[in-house]
Amino acid sequence: VGSMAKRLNQIGVENTEENRRLYRQILFSADSRVKKCIGGGIFFHETMYQKADDGTPFVQMIKDKGIVVGIKVDKGVVPLAGTDGETTTQGLDGLSERCAQYKKDGADFAKWRCVLKISDNTPSALAIMENANVLARYASICQQNGIVPIVEPEILPDGDHDLKRCQYVTEKVLAAVYKALSDHHVYLEGTLLKPNMVTPGHSCPTKYSPEEIAMATVTALRRTVPPAVPGVTFLSGGQSEEEASINLNAINTCPLVRPWALTFSYGRALQASALSAWRGQRDNANAATEEFVKRAEVNGLAALGKYEGSGDDSGAAGQSLYVANHAY
Amino acid sequence: MTHQFPALSPEQKKALSDIAQRIVASGKGILAADESVGTMGNRLQRINVENTEENRRAFREILFSSDASINKSIGGVILFHETLYQKDSTGKPFPAIIKEKGIVVGIKLDAGTAPLAGTNGETTIQGLDKLSERCAQYKKDGADFGKWRAVLKISSTTPSQLAIQENANTLARYASICQQNGLVPIVEPEVLPDGDHDLQRCQYVTEKVLAAVYKALNDHHVYLEGTLLKPNMVTAGHSCPKKYTPQDVAAATVTTLLRTVPAAVPGICFLSGGQSEEEASLNLNAMNQSPLPKPWKLTFSYGRALQASALAAWLGKSENKKAAQEAFCKRAQINSLACRGQYVTSGKTDAAAMQSLFTASYTY
Repeated sequence: VGSMAKRLNQIGVENTEENRRLYRQILFSADSRVKKCIGGGIFFHETMYQKADDGTPFVQMIKDKGIVVGIKVDKGVVPLAGTDGETTTQGLDGLSERCAQYKKDGADFAKWRCVLKISDNTPSALAIMENANVLARYASICQQNGIVPIVEPEILPDGDHDLKRCQYVTEKVLAAVYKALSDHHVYLEGTLLKPNMVTPGHSCPTKYSPEEIAMATVTALRRTVPPAVPGVTFLSGGQSEEEASINLNAINTCPLVRPWALTFSYGRALQASALSAWRGQRDNANAATEEFVKRAEVNGLAALGKYEGSGDDSGAAGQSLYVANHAY
Repeated sequence: MTHQFPALSPEQKKALSDIAQRIVASGKGILAADESVGTMGNRLQRINVENTEENRRAFREILFSSDASINKSIGGVILFHETLYQKDSTGKPFPAIIKEKGIVVGIKLDAGTAPLAGTNGETTIQGLDKLSERCAQYKKDGADFGKWRAVLKISSTTPSQLAIQENANTLARYASICQQNGLVPIVEPEVLPDGDHDLQRCQYVTEKVLAAVYKALNDHHVYLEGTLLKPNMVTAGHSCPKKYTPQDVAAATVTTLLRTVPAAVPGICFLSGGQSEEEASLNLNAMNQSPLPKPWKLTFSYGRALQASALAAWLGKSENKKAAQEAFCKRAQINSLACRGQYVTSGKTDAAAMQSLFTASYTY
């Protein structure tokens, strides 16, 4: 609800349950073109139980398109005392019962986001170890309830560090995550990974090409993510819609051997244009849906390494979606 | 640990990566000829040959002086310290002979096992003392890769957390030191086949061990693209009553590797661990035919399983040299085919090839 507030605020729309429902309806009303490019939709708890204008539950609308329904199950970050502003993520209490209920109500996968930050003192060994451990507990509980866990250890893009630093940290974090998953007996073939791409910090003076980002990202993954993991679905982390697509495309044309699917799990980078087109007006609903379908198709191509770029960086697609210290 | 202090320069990384790629180039594997003096003694005893330095030298000469075309099947040879400094009958040093054939020379670097007090007979490996200086010298003397064998055993109480963690850590220290000296480390965490456990148990243990090994390598900043892995295949214990096919072994082994070995590792060179020559080839072949994805090369690093027939043909007699070389080349070619999943057995194999090479609680 809180994150949706920020999004709606940017287009001058009030953050009411009805507006949130109307907005998600725009996305879920997309036609069958999305079947080819969207495999799953992650919901917030409230959205799982909302319906379209005609009374069709959102869960059913999504499933009717052959798309798998997922549910966010973490309960946000909490501070790690004795660290430099680092956090872990809560949500383990009663998680098994919640997963069982969500499974009954139509969800087949879940998402849990952990957050790490790069600075002179961070991420600390404690932050890495604690977040890896909590991700592994969450994953284990999900699988016991027939739910595929998406494992999301996000390293924020905040800071002025360069590409190499991000790569180094990402490798350390992912190595810890997969050791924890092994220790907790998690079945890797029944998980997905949602990592950050390896990028420079947002205030880094050096600029890097999509090919450099792709190379750093794929190298980091090759060194840490066992080939048994079926897919890696990148978060967009504040990149603009176009940036997120161009980078994903470069990742899929990188010459290194990539034994997992490399695709997207985008929030902002799939919805920015749609939100902009909607501006809270019912009359704009179709135009907004069309913007969403367009971005979905572009990313579908990028996931195959077949996207040639719009050549046009203006408008909503080119606008940086960076929000400092982003929390959902 | 939040700061990056590069362990290797880009040039050092490239050199290590190139060496590793050469060793496991398509269709090639490793001849593990690094038996220590004591272990060589066991081999020679089986063919009633005295364990003298000359006999050890003579047998290795037979292997290394095989026709140059052996380089289509053999990408690397691991030597024991003594052997690195021996020469052939014309006075030519062994490393030179091997390198001339375009084969990479490797050196065994560990100094054997040491007990872990408070465990059920478990061990760690010694050899870290002055390892950097030794590596630098071996590099000068012709070696481009190293080997270090850690040993774990399956029983109702083992391997323990301590044994797994301690052996993973020493392997990572060894690997880090090797790379600092331009040697590609072959990382060998052998889970012994001793015992009556089934295939599933071996798979479970191997997954835990390999996960610990790769976490340790990451912690120690080891450059994975410049390493090779030498694991056991996933098999049932030697006294397990249930029998499994090569396809069972292949499926269990490849699944284990997919769950633990990052794609950045260029090659996985299996140890033969007491399997007969033929078994070791059939299992390797089945792995390369497996429909599961395989982002690393799957090849061999065989000692006993490459040399048994050659030893049996030699019997310590110089007039048998040609026959011994033919036996060795034959096994090498077969394993090269197995690397590509192209080995078709004739259905009849000789006694030496089928003979189990299992020695209880095997140490080199």
